[in-house]
Amino acid sequence: MGALLTRWRTVVWVLPAVLLLLVFVYYPIADNLRLSLFSWNAFSPEPRFVGLDNYAEAFGDPVFWRALLNNVAYAVVSLVCQAGVSLVLAALLEELVGRRLRGLLRTLYFIPAATSITVAGVLFSFLYNPRYGLVNEALQAVGLGHLARAWLGEEGSAIWSVIAMSQWQGIGYTAVLFVVAIQRIPREFFEAARVDGAGPVRTFFSVTLPMVREMTTLVVILTISGAFLVFNEVMVMTSGGPDNSSQVLGTWLYHQAFFEDDMGYAAAVATVVFVVTFAIAALQLALSRRRRDDA
Amino acid sequence: MTAVKQGAPEEGALEEGAPEKRAVAVPPARPPARGGAVTLRWVAARVLGWSVLAGFAVAVLYPLLWMVLSGFKDNQEIFEQPWGLPGALRWENYARAWELGVVRYFTNSVIVTVASIVATTLISAWAAYGLCRLRMPFGNAVALLVLGGLLLSPTVALIPLFRLLTSIGLFDTYWALIVLYTAFRVPFTIFLIRAYMIELPREVDEAATLDGASPTQIFWRVILPMCRPILVSAALLQALFAWNEFAFALVFVSDDAMKTLPVGLMAMQSRLLTDWPVVLAGLTIAALPTILLFLAGQRQFIRGLTEGVGK
Repeated sequence: MGALLTRWRTVVWVLPAVLLLLVFVYYPIADNLRLSLFSWNAFSPEPRFVGLDNYAEAFGDPVFWRALLNNVAYAVVSLVCQAGVSLVLAALLEELVGRRLRGLLRTLYFIPAATSITVAGVLFSFLYNPRYGLVNEALQAVGLGHLARAWLGEEGSAIWSVIAMSQWQGIGYTAVLFVVAIQRIPREFFEAARVDGAGPVRTFFSVTLPMVREMTTLVVILTISGAFLVFNEVMVMTSGGPDNSSQVLGTWLYHQAFFEDDMGYAAAVATVVFVVTFAIAALQLALSRRRRDDA
Repeated sequence: MTAVKQGAPEEGALEEGAPEKRAVAVPPARPPARGGAVTLRWVAARVLGWSVLAGFAVAVLYPLLWMVLSGFKDNQEIFEQPWGLPGALRWENYARAWELGVVRYFTNSVIVTVASIVATTLISAWAAYGLCRLRMPFGNAVALLVLGGLLLSPTVALIPLFRLLTSIGLFDTYWALIVLYTAFRVPFTIFLIRAYMIELPREVDEAATLDGASPTQIFWRVILPMCRPILVSAALLQALFAWNEFAFALVFVSDDAMKTLPVGLMAMQSRLLTDWPVVLAGLTIAALPTILLFLAGQRQFIRGLTEGVGK
C-alpha cells in the first residue's frame, strides 16, 4: 500500500506539464474542430450548427485557394534555399575555410535567425520601399532600373518579396544545422575519398550528401511544415495585400476571424492547416522511428 | 539524433572538441595531388566557392548594418544618400525611439520572456525527471502526450484560445502570453532535457537514495545541478522564442501598454510612418538583446538546436 502510494506520488512531477498541455494545447485543437462546424462570431452567444458549410464556403472561395497556393510557393522556394543552398554553403564552409574564420562566418550567417521576424520584416519593408528603398536604388545603380517596382505593393511581386525576406532569415539557420551534421561525419570517410583521388565535388556527392541524409530529411520536413504555418512574415510586411494577393492560410484565417468576424469559417481554415501540418509531422515521426529501428 | 553527452567531451559540441584530430585529418584543401600543379580549374573553383561564401556574408550583414547606421541618420540623409554613412552619430534618434514606445514594449518583453523561461525550464525539468528517472504509472501515456504536443502548432489554435482566454479572464494580460509561451514550448523543452538527463548514470540516484535522500532532494541537489549545460541551452532557446513571438502577442494583447516588442514595433512603424531613422533605431534596440544573447551563448544555442531538432 505504502509502495503504491509512493509510486502515485511521482505523478506530481509531470502534473504541471500535463495540465498545461491538456488545457492550452490539446483542448483548443479539439475545440477548433468542433467550432468549425458552427456559424458564429465573437458577439453571438449562440453558435448555430451548420455542418460542413464552413468548409464548403472555404473550398468555393478563390482567396482560400490563392492562400494555399502561396503556402505551396513558400514551401518550394524554402526547400530550394534552406535545404539546397544551405547545404552547399555548409559544405563550402567546411571545405574551404580554416577553423577560426569558419566559426566567424557560421556566427554571421546565423545572426538573422536570432532577430525577430518583426525586425526583419519592418527592415525589409524599408528596403523594398518603392521611392527610397535600397532594392530599387541598387537596381538603378547597375542599370536595371526598369525592374524597379513597388515590391510589396504590387500583386505580382508581394508574396515573392516576403518569401525572399524569409530566405534571408532562414538560410543561415539551416546552414548551421548542416555544418553540425557534416562535422559529425567520421573524418575517415573524407580521408578515404581523398586517397581514392576524389575531388571536392565528388566527395560532396558521395560522402557528404549521403552522410547528412538524416539532417536533410529533418530540414525538409521542418521547412515544409513551416511554410504551411507561416503567418508573421506576411502579417508584418503586407497583411495579405494588396487585394489578398499575398494571403497565406494563416493570415487568411486571422483576417476572417478578427476582421470579418466569421469565426466558423476561420476555424475551418485552421482545421485544414492542422491536417496538413499534422500529416507532415506524423510522417517525420514515422521516418525517425524507422531509422531508429534500422540502427 | 545521437549526441555527445558525457561530461567533459560534451563541452566541445562543435568542432572545438577535436582540434588536433581535425587539423591532421582535414588539411585545408590542397591542389589535387595527381598533377601536383595548381590547375586553372582548381583556382577558378576556389575563387567561386569563396565568392559564394563572401557574397552570402555580405547579403546577410548589409541590411543589418544599414539598419544600425540609418538609425543615426536624419531623414534627408536616408532619402538622399541611402548608401552613405551618417553625417553624425545622432544618438537622439535612439533616445527618441526609446521614449516613443520602445521602453514600454521592451519592459513588457522582458517580463514575459523571463517569466516564461523560468516556468518552461522548471516545469519541463520536473516532467523530464518524472519521465526518465522515476518509476511512474502511465509513464508511456504521458510521454506520448508530450510527443503529440510537438506536432500541434499555435496558429491552428488561435480561435479557440481566444475564446478560452476571454472566458477565464486572461485576455489582455501578461499571463496570457506567459502561459501560452510555456504550454507550447514545454514539449520541446522536455525532450531536450530528457535526452540529457537520461544519460546521467543510475548510480547517482542510487547513492543518494542510500544516503537517505528523497526524490525531491535528489532532483534539486543532484540531478538539476548536473543538468546545468542543457538547462542553459533550453533557457536560451526559450528566450529567443519568447522575445520574438508574434502571433499570440498580436491576438491576445490589445492594450498598447501591454504589447511586447514584436507587435509594438509594428504599431510604432505605423505611428511614425515618415520618421524612418527613429523606427530603424527602434528596430536596432529590439534586435540587440537576442543577437547579443546568441553571440554570448553560441555553443549552448547550437547544441540546443541540433539536439532538439532531432527529437
